[in-house]
Amino acid sequence: MDIISVRDIDKKIFNEIFETAGEMERQLKSGRVEKLDGVVATLFFEPSTRTKLSFQSATVRLGLRYIDFISELSSVKKGESFADTIRMVDGYCDIIVMRHKYEGAARYAAEIAKASIINGGDGGNQHPTQTMLDLYTMLKEKGAIKGLNVRMMGDLKHARTMHSLIYALAMFGANISITAPHGLEMPEEGIKEIEKKFNIKINIEEEPDFSSDDVLYVTRIQQERFADPLEAKRIMEKFRITKDALKNAKKDMIIMHPLPRVNEIDVAIDKTPHAKYFEQAKNGIPVRMALIKYILEGEHA
Amino acid sequence: MLKVEAIKEGTVIDHIRAGKGTRILKLLGADEKHEGSVALLSNVKSKKLGKKDIVKLEGFFPSDEKLNLIALISPEATVNIIKDSKVVEKKNVETPGELGIGHCPNPSCITNNEEMHRHFKKEGRMYRCVYCERVFLPEELV
Repeated sequence: MDIISVRDIDKKIFNEIFETAGEMERQLKSGRVEKLDGVVATLFFEPSTRTKLSFQSATVRLGLRYIDFISELSSVKKGESFADTIRMVDGYCDIIVMRHKYEGAARYAAEIAKASIINGGDGGNQHPTQTMLDLYTMLKEKGAIKGLNVRMMGDLKHARTMHSLIYALAMFGANISITAPHGLEMPEEGIKEIEKKFNIKINIEEEPDFSSDDVLYVTRIQQERFADPLEAKRIMEKFRITKDALKNAKKDMIIMHPLPRVNEIDVAIDKTPHAKYFEQAKNGIPVRMALIKYILEGEHA
Repeated sequence: MLKVEAIKEGTVIDHIRAGKGTRILKLLGADEKHEGSVALLSNVKSKKLGKKDIVKLEGFFPSDEKLNLIALISPEATVNIIKDSKVVEKKNVETPGELGIGHCPNPSCITNNEEMHRHFKKEGRMYRCVYCERVFLPEELV
């Protein structure tokens, strides 16, 4: 079984993984984690901190071994084709976790490899395991996703995490609001597709009103996306989450962020009960453990 | 209207959207690679389309798969198969449910950066690239 895109994952699979992730958390707390056998290759052609490290950590905690690859020091540097690299690594492991700058690279790798492919990000397209841990965090914090008022805010055009997340949130029946600076809006065809497929209406707000939000999901706005640095500064300031900006927010509203954070969330927020982004990153371990277990143990392996 | 000699054996593609004839010749591989006579009539008056292009290909019978690619550019096109100077078959072109050829317009798509096949699936009026998952208008793919 491969994990390439949220479009391929139904609610049943998500729920099974969430259930196993809960069990993984309990096992981690008790210090007795049921061990598995196998090898995971982490094949990151692009830089990664959280995704790569959390997959490696999840692998080790399950008693599995991982093998790593540094693109700059590999045959890729000697001009080896992507397909040949995948064929070669395929012979060394049971699961390949990969990230690549080209969109669709994971799907292509899945066609080539016998080992299961987990997409750890393909260009601006998909990041399905981030979506899994995002939803798991919302479930843990709020009990259910259906009916939850979720606002997605920031660069919704380039952020692959947002493209995967909005699809899954719609699938689970969340009420979605989106707020993005001009020029960084979510692609219109993507919104239309989701609205049609899940029969929902996505609320587009230029000026955010946090008063009814249960979850505020913030993503980074990169300065280099703007031609004018002054405009960039003005936008980044406008979209910055501060204590003052949250004065009308519900007391139990949670703030999430895929990290890395630059300055879009004031560090003063970190100490408030709203801040759940570090918890969210930590949830990457049980969720990725659950996913590896699901792939290795299931009939779908 | 200009008169062009009728063909004895071959394919006539009529009701092509005006200005798209050259692209269709290229798409069918009937441009510089084809040795038989080729006639391209552009901006011909048409009741149905206002203006249309017509293509006549002597001794050339493209496969149905290739002919259906015409629908991506000009869905109203009609195909007449000529044998012994008679029309032996008339057909409309149909946009295929899946496409194994074409070009993904997304420069960041893996298909534009590796030597590999292409794959698009029809979704309503649009086609989605199976790899980068983006959707495009049919005419953008050829």
